[in-house]
Amino acid sequence: MDPELLIELVILLPLLGAAFNGLLGLFQPAHRTREKLIGTVATAMVAIPFLIAVYLFATFDGEAIVATVFTWMAAGDLTVNFAFRIDQLSLLMTMIITGVGGLIHLYSTGYMHGDDGYWRFFAYLNLFIFAMLNLVLGNNLVVLFLGWEGVGLCSYLLIGFWYKDLKNSAAANKAFIMNRIGDFAFLMAMFILFREIGALDFDSLLAGASSMDQSSINWAVLLLFIGATGKSAQIPLFTWLPDAMAGPTPVSALIHAATMVTSGLYLLARLSVIVLSAPVIMTVIAVVGALTALVAATIAITQNDIKKVLAYSTISQLGYMFLATGVGAFYVAIFHVMTHAFFKACLFLGSGSVIHSMHHVEHELAKDGHGHELDAQDMRTMGGLGKYMPATRMTFLISTLAIAGIPLFSGFFSKDEILFKAFEFGYDGHLVGWLVYGVGIVTALLTAVYMTRAYVLTFEGEERWPHADTIHPHESPWSMTTPLWILAGLAAVGGLVGIPAVIAHGDLNWIHHFLAGDQAPVAEYAVHGHVPVALEWGLIAFSSLIALFGVGLAWKWYSTEGPAFDEKLSARFGGLYRLWKGKYFVDEAYDRAIVRPLIGGAIHGLAPFDKYVVDGLVNFVGFFTRGASFTLRYIQTGIVHSYAAAIVFGVILLGWLMLS
Amino acid sequence: MWGDMAATLSLVIVSLAGLALVVFDAFNNRHVATPWIAGLALLAGFIFEIVGLGGPEGTAYSDMLRTGGSAAFVNALVLGSGVLTVILSVPYLKKIGHNIGEVYALILFATVGMLVLGAANNLIAVFVGLETMSICLYILTGFVRSESGSAESALKYFLLGAFSTGFFLYGIALLYGATGTMDFSAMKAGVEDGGGVMFWGGVSLLLVGFLFKVSAAPFHMWTPDAYQGAPTPIAGFMATASKTAAFGALIIILYKALPTERWTDVLAVFAVITMVVGNIIALSQQNVKRMLAYSSIAHAGYVLVGLSSGLVEGYSGALFYLMVYVIMNIGAFGVVALLEWDGKEGSEQTLDSLAGVGYRKPLLGWAMVVFMFSLSGFPPLAGFLGKWAVFAPAVDAGLVWLAIIGVLASAVSAYYYLRVLVVMFMKTETEASSKLADSFTIPRSSAAVIVLCVILLFVFGLTTSVIELTDGFFQSGSVATVLGP
Amino acid sequence: MLSDFIPFFIQLGIAIGLSFTLLKAAALIGPKRANVIKQGTYESGMDPIGSAHQRYSVKFYLVAMIFIVFDVEIVFLYPWAVSFREFIAAGVGPGVLGVIFLFVIILAIGLVYDIKKGGLEFD
Repeated sequence: MDPELLIELVILLPLLGAAFNGLLGLFQPAHRTREKLIGTVATAMVAIPFLIAVYLFATFDGEAIVATVFTWMAAGDLTVNFAFRIDQLSLLMTMIITGVGGLIHLYSTGYMHGDDGYWRFFAYLNLFIFAMLNLVLGNNLVVLFLGWEGVGLCSYLLIGFWYKDLKNSAAANKAFIMNRIGDFAFLMAMFILFREIGALDFDSLLAGASSMDQSSINWAVLLLFIGATGKSAQIPLFTWLPDAMAGPTPVSALIHAATMVTSGLYLLARLSVIVLSAPVIMTVIAVVGALTALVAATIAITQNDIKKVLAYSTISQLGYMFLATGVGAFYVAIFHVMTHAFFKACLFLGSGSVIHSMHHVEHELAKDGHGHELDAQDMRTMGGLGKYMPATRMTFLISTLAIAGIPLFSGFFSKDEILFKAFEFGYDGHLVGWLVYGVGIVTALLTAVYMTRAYVLTFEGEERWPHADTIHPHESPWSMTTPLWILAGLAAVGGLVGIPAVIAHGDLNWIHHFLAGDQAPVAEYAVHGHVPVALEWGLIAFSSLIALFGVGLAWKWYSTEGPAFDEKLSARFGGLYRLWKGKYFVDEAYDRAIVRPLIGGAIHGLAPFDKYVVDGLVNFVGFFTRGASFTLRYIQTGIVHSYAAAIVFGVILLGWLMLS
Repeated sequence: MWGDMAATLSLVIVSLAGLALVVFDAFNNRHVATPWIAGLALLAGFIFEIVGLGGPEGTAYSDMLRTGGSAAFVNALVLGSGVLTVILSVPYLKKIGHNIGEVYALILFATVGMLVLGAANNLIAVFVGLETMSICLYILTGFVRSESGSAESALKYFLLGAFSTGFFLYGIALLYGATGTMDFSAMKAGVEDGGGVMFWGGVSLLLVGFLFKVSAAPFHMWTPDAYQGAPTPIAGFMATASKTAAFGALIIILYKALPTERWTDVLAVFAVITMVVGNIIALSQQNVKRMLAYSSIAHAGYVLVGLSSGLVEGYSGALFYLMVYVIMNIGAFGVVALLEWDGKEGSEQTLDSLAGVGYRKPLLGWAMVVFMFSLSGFPPLAGFLGKWAVFAPAVDAGLVWLAIIGVLASAVSAYYYLRVLVVMFMKTETEASSKLADSFTIPRSSAAVIVLCVILLFVFGLTTSVIELTDGFFQSGSVATVLGP
Repeated sequence: MLSDFIPFFIQLGIAIGLSFTLLKAAALIGPKRANVIKQGTYESGMDPIGSAHQRYSVKFYLVAMIFIVFDVEIVFLYPWAVSFREFIAAGVGPGVLGVIFLFVIILAIGLVYDIKKGGLEFD
């Protein structure tokens, strides 16, 4: 079949699904309660594109295909086409998005059952898939930007989905605005690239990169990276992601773990040729990524809300991916995007399943007249859930081992490759490589600890909710557990596509050949000094040991003492622990330094300035104004004359600028 | 003479219709046909200008007015805005009990002024157009005499307008003194020795007059008061058509009459002040119309960014931006007008009173979503393309810092645009909004206007043919484009 | 050059002389019976001394404004009438006649509107 037609179908079907559910729901209130129909259509509109993507993947011959739908902008010698691109990178991303997305749709049909906004939810979710596909399939920066903004919008809509709680809409606003800051950096980067190269489609951009001078390359890459930090929640723009957990859990799984937050990585990988020619900025990227990984991991240890732990874990893992980008290993970053999509989606969906059943406990408690306010997301009131929810427990465990980097699980392969690439970069003479390798190892230990902590506190040990002897949670329906099993399976074996180079001379490292092969779109840093094979084996053994050690340690701590062990940690680390617990007080700092002055300035500074302060100028400007104020004195409003003074002020300013 | 009249047929039609309306209204007060006459006359003019868009450029009335080209474009915007305003005004004015015939005659006369202003080729024509427009707008602002806020804002507008007109007129005098001509095309040639104080002083004072009319800071202070006091559809008309006409004349003066030096930096400074002041103050506004007023101030700043590039791409981008701006604001003011449910609410409507509206009136809610996103420059809506069209030339002209401030300012603006959507969709319904939902149905004509605006925002966001059109107005030889380097 | 102005200066001298002569003559031969009103400055019947902030009927302004508008606009007819012969000579007579008709019609429309709305009814 014609691949161009197929790719258009891939893009259009989710949009159709969104339009179907959205429009019918909006104008036909009766449609809103047809859950079966809504859920089936929405899921099919993602599942079919997945099948098409698999077909395209199977028939893909290594040659990039560009499908031009129509010419968007044509002016002078520039044309921006509404065009989509099929190559290794976009195919892989499309399969992740539609595959994981389809599973999450299926899961949501069970999870959102009975919600008033069922139709709205699925319309937004489909719309999100549509935007995300635009992002990864677009053949130029403009279409990419369209998707970029679109996913931001959908994320905003879905975080604020339960809009009746004002806290949620505040979180939605925060996410949107932080994203917008990033977006505008992205836009500036686009301006610069456009000015220098004169085109925005990827082929011309990558070909034209060599003709750019170093400072504009640096600026462009730096701005692109700032754009990516906004979307992918890196320092300093990471605080929105934990708050974004206010949205329904499937949303956290799909948007804030598996897909949207990785779009920054996609962007850098797509433009890897340009990024590689800005080594200074790559150092910045590596350091920021490593720091984010470490900072988020330390915060994650102290969190009690299961979704918050996963949120900080996501930030930390994204930090790993940026670290990989910063050392020039773009394909490894994308590899980790993929494995992370599997295990993190599974973890989030598992936490959703837990929350679902804890809500049940909460209801039962309320029915029995126990006025307990049970926080369904607080791990301190869980424990021992494994007995009641075997499927959720098993899948959660598999994913925990995967993210912790236990050998042969998927996370092991991708994370180890990142660490190895960092090491190799250092071996090649870049000191920053050693540095980020060290930070990465520490973070790997922390990751193993906090994920095991989350698993143990939730599924093992004593039941800690009130009246645990009479009230029992239950396993979730099949529509929710099926996706869990599939994702857990992928989390277990998905890493096998990237067997490290030390085995079979890299012949088995399929993902490397696929993404960074001869005709493939992702460039990589050319290493000069190769790490000896023995050392490489040693590194693998070292990081495996670190992971096993972390898991074992945390298991011992938390399975015997439960949440009480946090007290010990707190006593041990003192002020440091409080810093972690307080999330480094970044939110507070932003509030003090930016938000409050801005709003406060608007309310207390500029607005009155607009009305009153100009009065002071009357004296300042002297006789000139007095003439005006004299004639206007009898106008009783009094304010008019300050308005006129502002005009006089403007006249003087303008005259001075013009004549000086 | 007949030839001149044929070339400016829209002007003739609208003038005659205005005169006819005055007589008609004197004998049949509040007749149902009055708005029809006004609307049809404006529509006829609009069609004439649209047809003339592709035609050759020329001049009429002894070189006083330009025809075709950018003049036709600006006039089409003004007339289109007029048509939509008349449609939106009829139900609104009925609701507040002020559906008097003079309003439509005044809209027509104001339009006549704008047509002269937008097509002016001579400083005298600019002045005549500016004053004809302004005097009608003063009256329109205050014609709901029973409301003290309305009268107050009209008085303020009038006094400040008269004040700025003084500067403007003095600027014209100085320019005439320095160059010996008032004709745009002859002015550049008349500049001697790089201008001198008299010439640049004249330019300064001329700019004061324009900056006042387009409400750039710090000449903006009348704007929130005037928009708040004026009946809402009329405020939309003031915000869109009058700014478009004033910018149209300013663009032509910069393009044809002035040497490209000095004023570019000056306009860049005022663009910064305007964007910052407009966006920051809008953050703290509780009143919807005041918020829209500060937003319109900020948008004047964006247009100024394009102009301060001093490049033809900047001028054509600015014209495109004006078109987008007209569509967004007619729509936004239209929605706000429909959401008012008793005459008083107009000047007192706060953001909180919109709570939950998005679910009770989905059409208005979702239309507002589109307008707000477009205003904040969100792709693929036309607002995004517009911002691109004015910021890109600034980068081309080396004013990267200006573009950075511009995009940062519009990042800030997302906050207050979004807040409208938050209260519309994310806040629980209060008493007031349930009263609103029960008490009115959306008139079909207004709904059609709003839907039209929404559609146009999507269409113009996805095609750049209009930018190519506006590019064509400024092409003298070289192939220039806002999209190309 | 200056000689061109001789008639003007003669005219000026006559005007000044005449006014002085008349005033002096009136002072010399007129009867003098003073009272308050006669001694006061002539100001259209208003008391010229005191606060200017008084309340007037708004109708007063309305009529005054309408008068001024029409008065000033009618003045435009004068230069037109003076040069109409030359317009005819230049062959544009009918066109210029048309223009002035348009002008008068516009004024007439204003007048009709004014009368209809009761702008001239001073009650």
